[in-house]
Amino acid sequence: MKILIVDDFSTMRRIIKNLLRDLGFTNTAEADDGVTALPMLHSGNFDFLVTDWNMPGMSGIDLLRTVRADDRLKHLPVLMVTAEAKREQIIEAAQAGVNGYVVKPFTAQVLKEKIEKIFERVNS
Amino acid sequence: MEQKISSLGDFESTLKKHATELVSSLEKGKFGEAVQLIHELNQTRDRGLYQEVGKLTRELHSAIVSFQIDPHMPQAEEVSQITDATERLSYVVRLTEGAANRTMDLVEKSTPVLNELSDEAKSLSADWQRFMRKEVAVAEFRELAQRVDGFLTRSEQGTRAVAENLQDILLAQDYQDLTGQVIKRVTQLVTEVESNLLKLVLMASQVDRFAGIEHDREQLRAEKDQEKHPTRGEGPQIHADKREDVVSGQDDVDDLLSSLGF
Repeated sequence: MKILIVDDFSTMRRIIKNLLRDLGFTNTAEADDGVTALPMLHSGNFDFLVTDWNMPGMSGIDLLRTVRADDRLKHLPVLMVTAEAKREQIIEAAQAGVNGYVVKPFTAQVLKEKIEKIFERVNS
Repeated sequence: MEQKISSLGDFESTLKKHATELVSSLEKGKFGEAVQLIHELNQTRDRGLYQEVGKLTRELHSAIVSFQIDPHMPQAEEVSQITDATERLSYVVRLTEGAANRTMDLVEKSTPVLNELSDEAKSLSADWQRFMRKEVAVAEFRELAQRVDGFLTRSEQGTRAVAENLQDILLAQDYQDLTGQVIKRVTQLVTEVESNLLKLVLMASQVDRFAGIEHDREQLRAEKDQEKHPTRGEGPQIHADKREDVVSGQDDVDDLLSSLGF
């Protein structure tokens, strides 16, 4: 299971990376926005994408839309982990095809639940 | 400010008075008088404008002084309080980032120590139970005793190391005091700048009235709405509990998503 973590803050990437490792996911890579994430997604055989929303360059929602519009990437499960908390934004992400939405600040338990739920649905 | 309102009031009352006189002069066919009135009106307006510009210049100057920017200095930008505030906030970012990384370093250093001790205790405990049930032969017991001995030493060293790391994690939180002070000062500056800007806006609106400038408010509002488009992130919501359009936590997100069929 190879996971790409996209967030513009290195500390947040590190927190997510540590939590994923505690859940048994040790194969992770990091990118600081959509622009750097896309080429990695194209060449890296990732199984899962965790992304922030608000980033310079390409935002998480644009990255999600680009992924969904790409024939090779459109089935990639995407979890959004973000401080964006407006209802219309969550609806927008859902319509763009997000698989899970976690608002910051979040707990290890919430992250675990959402990831497990996504894999349950992907595997069923 | 009151003086300014009265000069504007003078102009407007003169305008009203002269307008009715102008109409009656024109109705009576006294064109010479009418031209004289128009001339006077123009003079009042010009005088008012000159006065306003004079006042504006003085107030602009005092506003600049209160921003503490000296336009004659070549490095004016560097000495502004805004630049200073920006630097202060960068310092906050640097300090908080450093503390977060230091804390995570220490956690990452401590976790394997505890995991190893836990694994070793688990395996020793299993063998110890066998010993209690008298299932361990003498030769094997000697080896078990040695393992227990080693474990005690390692657990003492390990827990001491973790205790030191916890102490350092505690110390890494000292940024709160420093960043708190800096942020308070910047907040104060923002409040001052806001009130100075408000004064400038009021001055500008006086000039707008004198000169009869109209702004396209529809367009201004449209530009503002554009900035608020949801695709552009807004960052953390400070008053999530007081706003209807914002979720107040993960439970709200889950409810919303499940109502959408997730």
